[in-house]
Amino acid sequence: MDTLMTWLEAQLADNSIFTLQTFGYYGEGLITTVQLVSLSLIIGLVLAVPLAIGRGSPHRWISLPIFLYCYVFRGTPLLVQLYLIYYGVVFIEGIQETWLWVILEKPFVPALIAFTLNTAAYTAEIFRGAIKSTPRGEIEAARAYGMSRGLMLRRIVLPSAFRRALPAYGNEVIFMLHASAIASVVTIMDLTGAARFVYARYYAPFEAFLFVAAIYLCLTFAILYLFRYLERRLLAHLKPASG
Amino acid sequence: MADTPIPLEVRHITKRFGNAEVLKGLSLKAHKGDVITLIGASGSGKSTFLRCMNLLEQPDEGEVIVHGEEIRFKQTRHGREPADWKQVVRMRAKLSMVFQSFNLWAHMTLLENVIEAPVHVLGKPKKQAITHARQLLERVGLAAHADYYPAQMSGGQQQRGAIARALAMDPEVMLFDEPTSALDPELVGDVLKVMRDLAKEGRTMIVVTHEMAFARDVSSQVIYLHQGRIEEAGPPEQVLNNPHSERLKQFLTPKH
Amino acid sequence: MIDLHGYGPRLFEGAMVTIELGILSLILSVVLGLLTASAKMSRSWILHHIGTLYTTLIRGVPDLVLMMLLFFGGQIGINMITDQLYEHFGWDIFINVNEFVAGVVTIGLIFGAYMGETFRGAFLAVDSGQIEAGRAYGMSHWLVFRRIRFPQMMRHAIPGLSNNWMVLLKTTALVSVIGLSDMVRVAAEASKATREPFTFMLIVAAIYLLIATLSEWGFARLQKRYDVGYREAD
Repeated sequence: MDTLMTWLEAQLADNSIFTLQTFGYYGEGLITTVQLVSLSLIIGLVLAVPLAIGRGSPHRWISLPIFLYCYVFRGTPLLVQLYLIYYGVVFIEGIQETWLWVILEKPFVPALIAFTLNTAAYTAEIFRGAIKSTPRGEIEAARAYGMSRGLMLRRIVLPSAFRRALPAYGNEVIFMLHASAIASVVTIMDLTGAARFVYARYYAPFEAFLFVAAIYLCLTFAILYLFRYLERRLLAHLKPASG
Repeated sequence: MADTPIPLEVRHITKRFGNAEVLKGLSLKAHKGDVITLIGASGSGKSTFLRCMNLLEQPDEGEVIVHGEEIRFKQTRHGREPADWKQVVRMRAKLSMVFQSFNLWAHMTLLENVIEAPVHVLGKPKKQAITHARQLLERVGLAAHADYYPAQMSGGQQQRGAIARALAMDPEVMLFDEPTSALDPELVGDVLKVMRDLAKEGRTMIVVTHEMAFARDVSSQVIYLHQGRIEEAGPPEQVLNNPHSERLKQFLTPKH
Repeated sequence: MIDLHGYGPRLFEGAMVTIELGILSLILSVVLGLLTASAKMSRSWILHHIGTLYTTLIRGVPDLVLMMLLFFGGQIGINMITDQLYEHFGWDIFINVNEFVAGVVTIGLIFGAYMGETFRGAFLAVDSGQIEAGRAYGMSHWLVFRRIRFPQMMRHAIPGLSNNWMVLLKTTALVSVIGLSDMVRVAAEASKATREPFTFMLIVAAIYLLIATLSEWGFARLQKRYDVGYREAD
């Protein structure tokens, strides 16, 4: 017991790890992570809606390419997709001389592209499932009341599908947050990047990684509660009134 | 008389599912104010016949004429299809259907359900639609339920709400597809009462039902279907009280 | 033919590492998952809470962070323990954390939490009447588990199991970051050296898709076996 106390005291006395500077790294990492994840989620969401609709198209030349896109991006590791886009861009002959290099030079853009394409594929699949599970009777009623295909999609199918997709989409958001940790592999200083830097500098794995794990845990819970709140608000209509 | 077109007429409707011919050349004419009930055993084709009238099912042969306008068809690889879907959409807006399983849109409140098609299909101003919808909900006894979601209401309430939704379209003809079959017995009465009132005020209605008392009291014409054919048709007192066909006699005999 | 610049054999070895790693961590995660499911369903307050804490913590933190924590921290942790052992007891032990073992342990630990949820849901889906019927015929607790609950549970668990395996397979790619030479690491090295990222990354992607497609087929067959007696007479 005594040895433990003295050890703890020593740890706290000359704490060289959690300085203002380290917190600064973590803070910047947090901003980068949130930027990367929210941007890719937003763009991915916008892409996913037409993809999900096209996936159910009776025309094979529309549905088949979308199916293949979803199959490939959901069937391979995000890390491979990231490497492919990151190295793929860097090694294009003569790219360093073009104006594009200004934005592509930083690894942020290739990472954003990879994350966006990945989440769009998963989200499209989630929406497709939700669209497919629209109750047949509701679609019949829409047809019987003279709705055109477009109107029915806009007013009946999509609004109810979005609500039904909410729990699964919440999982996808958390999945993207966690998956974004691999951005550090291509030298992005996100949260995990900051932790790796602190680890490498002080050789203090527990401090570096436990701290960042705690931040991720908080973010995860925040997302979880946000989606629980949204579900309560938007899925109220599916619960029968009790009592 | 001849000036106003007949609200709905169908001629020689034939429908096949694979090799089975389920409708064998059925015709029907609904004049203004007619209440036509379709009766028959399950599998007789009465629901399919009704669904052919607003083209939820595509008839393989025959004509559908709504308010004097004939629906144009074309032959495709998958069989016969309407040539102009816009025409179908326009025509469906004149016929509103009440379903066996209500089919209220689950993500909208009752009021939103009622104004949905008038606003987005007919292009009615929203304010006006809401005022009208509230009157209709009052009529079917659901004024207090305007902000309820379908899942929060009983089956009988949902079906009365669905009738209000149908009325909001100011339809030429109302199609009822077994509107009371999915309801608990104690809830059937309220729905039938609303339907009787509609008949009394001169609505044109085509009703598929198992409720013989309703058919007897309300209909102007009863049609008995058997295996995709009209076996007997006429005014209710003739068809229900004095049937000629042996099958209809058997059908009308209470089975205990 | 595609020119692999002599990386062919290494890529093949890398693929073997990926598969071994995947299968071993799958086994570990299934064992941990069954334990977690039992803990969470147990009447013991403490076991229930340990199970919940484990699944919550694991599912709240990125795989890569857990992996680095266990891999980099694990060595230091073990060194601390062996140092203490030497100081107090004079035992001179040296344990080197091997990347492969660290990979299997981390991935197994992560997916044990997901498997736990899958199995718990599947156990709860088994009709309690089935279990009562077993008891009524004088079957012991263990016999009921082995002959009735487990086979019926598996029917409900296979979709989740299959899903977890697909995610697990892709997660194995992360071990390349902690220095294990799986096929992703070999491909990354080859991409940099030859400046032909597309060749190598696309080959690796194709191998992942192949494994995924084969496993999907395998799980479908497994599902068929456990579905006996449930198929609709259609």
